[in-house]
Amino acid sequence: MDILISGLLLGGTYVLIALGLNLQYGVARIMNLANGEMLVLGALASFWMFVSSAVSPLLTLILVIPLAFIGNWLIYRLLLIPLVRRARHQGQLEVDSILATFGMSFVLVGIMVALHGEYFTYSFLARPITILQSTVALNRLVAFGFAVLIGALLVLWLNYSRAGMAVRAVAVDPASARLVGINVEKISALAFAVGGSVAAVAGVLISTFITLDASVGVIFTMKALIIIIMGGVGDVRGAIVAALILGLVETLVATLIDPGLTLASAYLIFLLVLLFKPQGLFGRAQT
Amino acid sequence: MKSADIRALVTAVVCIVLAALVPFVFNGYWLSIALTAMMYIALSTSWALFSGPTHYISLASGAFFGVGGYLVATGMSDYNQSFWLMMFVAAIAATVLAGLIGLATLRLSGVYFVIFTLGLAEMIRNLVSWVQNNFLGSRGLYVLTDFTEAHIYWMLLTVASAVFIFGWLVERSRLGFALKIIGNDETVARHVGINTAWTKVVLFMSTGFFAALVGAIIAPRYSYIEPNLVFSPELSFLVVIMALLGGTHRLWGPLLGVIPFTLIWEAISIWIPNFTTLFLGIAFLTIVYFVPNGFVGLLEKTRGSRGVKAGS
Repeated sequence: MDILISGLLLGGTYVLIALGLNLQYGVARIMNLANGEMLVLGALASFWMFVSSAVSPLLTLILVIPLAFIGNWLIYRLLLIPLVRRARHQGQLEVDSILATFGMSFVLVGIMVALHGEYFTYSFLARPITILQSTVALNRLVAFGFAVLIGALLVLWLNYSRAGMAVRAVAVDPASARLVGINVEKISALAFAVGGSVAAVAGVLISTFITLDASVGVIFTMKALIIIIMGGVGDVRGAIVAALILGLVETLVATLIDPGLTLASAYLIFLLVLLFKPQGLFGRAQT
Repeated sequence: MKSADIRALVTAVVCIVLAALVPFVFNGYWLSIALTAMMYIALSTSWALFSGPTHYISLASGAFFGVGGYLVATGMSDYNQSFWLMMFVAAIAATVLAGLIGLATLRLSGVYFVIFTLGLAEMIRNLVSWVQNNFLGSRGLYVLTDFTEAHIYWMLLTVASAVFIFGWLVERSRLGFALKIIGNDETVARHVGINTAWTKVVLFMSTGFFAALVGAIIAPRYSYIEPNLVFSPELSFLVVIMALLGGTHRLWGPLLGVIPFTLIWEAISIWIPNFTTLFLGIAFLTIVYFVPNGFVGLLEKTRGSRGVKAGS
């Protein structure tokens, strides 16, 4: 039961990370390997605000969301649009964007190490609380609650707003979206920026219960990618299920076998997905 | 043989002989830099043989290199095997590993492959540390040989030359021709009857083989081996940067990237060690935005107007 609950709570935050990357890869067609660094940047902001002026991480969110949105929008406009325009086919864009975002991720890590090279430790709402006979830290529960809230808002926005519909149209087929009068470049930039700020939000939330440092971003990028592939690219429902599965399996392995093997267990899942369901949990055979 | 081939052959032989003389001229610090450069020449050239034509970015070099170094260390330290036997075992093990990874991922799009190889070194390191801590007892491994730096350097030079010969042979074989077609258009390749997955897997296995060989040869240089040391993700990135910086569409391209980059990297690691990560990032961005075809591309562009055809 303990494992089930803490696994689900961890999975809840993974959902958020995966939703962010899903927007960036599914809509803007950019495999953003600097996604984890955006998350760490959010965590760093939250740590700083808390340590320097005792601002609650939940208030920091109000600051982090617009900043991350603008930052990611600028990254897309200034650095990624030139690559999109120069690419002759999807494969070339893929290679270029992988290399460019690797570059960005290293630059961000470098800057963050220079800013704060140690662990981001702070203690926020670290009180035990009992639900269904098992004890969890309050901060995990709060982070999970916020993750669900923001994830739900995102899904509502995608499904019921005009901009959300345009985003989904681009995700399905950029060429046809253009035909019905959607400005694909603008929508891609929007999706990329929203995806980036979701990652930063996830960072703020995660930093309340996991101690991060400047260089762990890549681990989160990996996990987000595994979740997306497991859930199927662009599939929100798949991503949610996949994130919860990953959270559960990791907690299971960490508690029953060894915490050092969480990455190996994520890899095992990844391998099984690649071998048996490369199109994702709910995907049909690929076209 | 055409005259261009003979000229290329003579140049290659002269280069190898000159490179072999390095330990007689330099020693100490400069020899160790030459050794590092030689290691990256072998790794990057072998990387480019696979990734150049196929455009699959492999970040597995660190993992294979680690397998090489670690197996040599375990074999020599725990089982009293000879260095040569373990070097052979390590290379075979990494080739098999590369084959399995290739079979699982290379049928799919390039993104899956990049992601899979991205965390591979870290994952194997976790696994190895776990096995070591729980079943073998936690201790470091010693690789004690009587090799000097010069010996290691010559061995690496041999491997690097082997990589070049292998690359030269591949380029002239059916395999190389198939690779070029796959790189241009995989669908076309499949339609003319090329077994695309198998071709990619075979080439990927060769990178695993050479990287493990290099890792095995380097092991005596450290004498004390632990998983954290040999499974370094950084190595994979350095290999990619050096190969791309030089240019992957010519066999000798990575060479042009390795030599300047090793020197710069060495300088940065000594003078401003806190900036290495930032510098890696800048190097990636520079490649993507300013030298997408590497130094070879730049070189050919400036000579291209006169229609000079570069030999390989």
